Amino acid sequence: MTLSVALQHAFASFALDAVFEAPSGVTALFGRSGSGKSTVVNAVAGLLRPDRGRITLDGLTLLDTDAGISLPPHRRGMGYVFQDGRLFPHLTVRQNLLYGRWFSGKGQGADLSRIVDLLGIGALLDRRPGALSGGEKQRVAIGRAILSNPRILLMDEPLAALDEARKAEILPYLERLRDEWNLPILYVSHSVAEVARLATTVVLMEAGRVVTAGPAAEVLSDPAIAPTLGLREAGAMITARVTAQEGDGLTRLETGGGPVFLPRVDVPDGAVLRLRILAQDVMVATERPTGISALNILQARVGTIHLGDGPGAMVQLRVGDEVMLARLTRRSVAALDLKPGREVYAVLKAVSVAQENVGRAPW
Amino acid sequence: MFEALSAEEWRAVALSLRVSVWATVLSLPLGILVAYALARWDFRGRQVLNGLVHLPLILPPVVTGYLLLITFGRKGYVGQFLDQWFGIVLAFRWTGAALAAAVMAFPLMVRAIRLAIESVDPKLEQAASTLGAPRLWVFATVTLPLILPGIIAGAILAFAKAMGEFGATITFVSNIPGQTQTLPSAIYAFLQVPGGDAQAFRLVLVAIAVAMTALLLSEWVSRAVARRISGQ
Repeated sequence: MTLSVALQHAFASFALDAVFEAPSGVTALFGRSGSGKSTVVNAVAGLLRPDRGRITLDGLTLLDTDAGISLPPHRRGMGYVFQDGRLFPHLTVRQNLLYGRWFSGKGQGADLSRIVDLLGIGALLDRRPGALSGGEKQRVAIGRAILSNPRILLMDEPLAALDEARKAEILPYLERLRDEWNLPILYVSHSVAEVARLATTVVLMEAGRVVTAGPAAEVLSDPAIAPTLGLREAGAMITARVTAQEGDGLTRLETGGGPVFLPRVDVPDGAVLRLRILAQDVMVATERPTGISALNILQARVGTIHLGDGPGAMVQLRVGDEVMLARLTRRSVAALDLKPGREVYAVLKAVSVAQENVGRAPW
Repeated sequence: MFEALSAEEWRAVALSLRVSVWATVLSLPLGILVAYALARWDFRGRQVLNGLVHLPLILPPVVTGYLLLITFGRKGYVGQFLDQWFGIVLAFRWTGAALAAAVMAFPLMVRAIRLAIESVDPKLEQAASTLGAPRLWVFATVTLPLILPGIIAGAILAFAKAMGEFGATITFVSNIPGQTQTLPSAIYAFLQVPGGDAQAFRLVLVAIAVAMTALLLSEWVSRAVARRISGQ
């Protein structure tokens, strides 16, 4: 299943000119507010008619302005989860969930009880949307979109209106959706943390154009892209397998560069996690440090080095066959004589990996 | 109350109720359509339609009645057509009174429904369309339930206006007892004859009772509906 998008649209303040492909998995359309992400999703859903464009989903043409084709929204088969939920206030949760059923054909698509289980909304079925919390509303909205038996799921900043606690409540459901449901998802977000947690493909947009696109791990670990993401937010993802829960409250995980210890992560042994390590949390040493409080010392090899305009530098560190980023100063890079290919040690405090940056690895 | 009214008075009350009910029920679908068009569609002539709908509210009722007479009267273009092809005669019949009441009440009905439609978030309708609902379905399952309080308010307002309509009615269909003599026409007629004050006063009481009942009913129904659709 591949969604191909090519769009041109002129707005008063900027012009959208975006071309990209979204393969199976979660494709994150990522960029600052106003970069044109929502416009793209609305055009895919048929809610906005672009000046020019062509959108196809495998063999199906949803839009082709040159050929005069534009399927109306109700015939596109796009499950759309809006930022503001948009549940029907006059219907119960159950009626909201089943709304799309009338049109997708009986007996087709996902089963209500399976979705209700996946999203943990069994207790809410007979309530009305007005009596739900923000997080509950969003879970119902996701269920409603899936139950309309869509060809692809569109999510436009589904977590942006929620506070941190509610986000943390919903992210695991989205991970389950990604891994247990064979449904391509186009996910709009301006949060690197969300993208790092969920995406398998990243399309980075800036001022209406696609800056770069590719597998999530590659795009997010490209030191040249880091300034676009925001330096404090920059960071790469590594996968780690949980090997033991230790007596002092730490969890031991195995990575390509050696063992890593993190504050307790509540998953069974053998679970494969995706850790987002912020570049500013990583220190680099040329010899294995001793007499240091940091628990995690990983063997690494320097990859590309991106020197910024200011005093900073973004250094790529290859750990096994994965990549981490370290944000250093140019002075340190010179003092340690860091060069591509050099063997180094990446130092990471156990407590610096926030819970929200520990997620399930996609497969 | 029935015994308190003479047969003639009762006929006027019954006729007014019949005229108002038909005027309201038959104009409701058109009222919803026009309100929807004014609220949601962008088309040439939108302002003209808006003006046309509101005209009876601003014109002297006698002018509206006269325009109805020359259009729907036996010699009027539409009146001739209806008579020849369908055998429908409106002038000097109770059906004509219903038409006059409907035209006069239409602006009030459309205003109330239009306000309700404008308060429905179009984003909800968009959401319904992404779930696979064709336009008419979106209207029937999302828009219509959400504007129900507005529709009820508009219908009751129109009904009350129809009950009280006098000027256009008497101009268009005259004041024939049992045929076109509605409650207000009857009150007017009684006031024209010496000693008719008592009869007129009884009908005034009826008019007040009907108006109050309609208002209370609309309040109650629309509050109940609003509670149901507010999502609580």
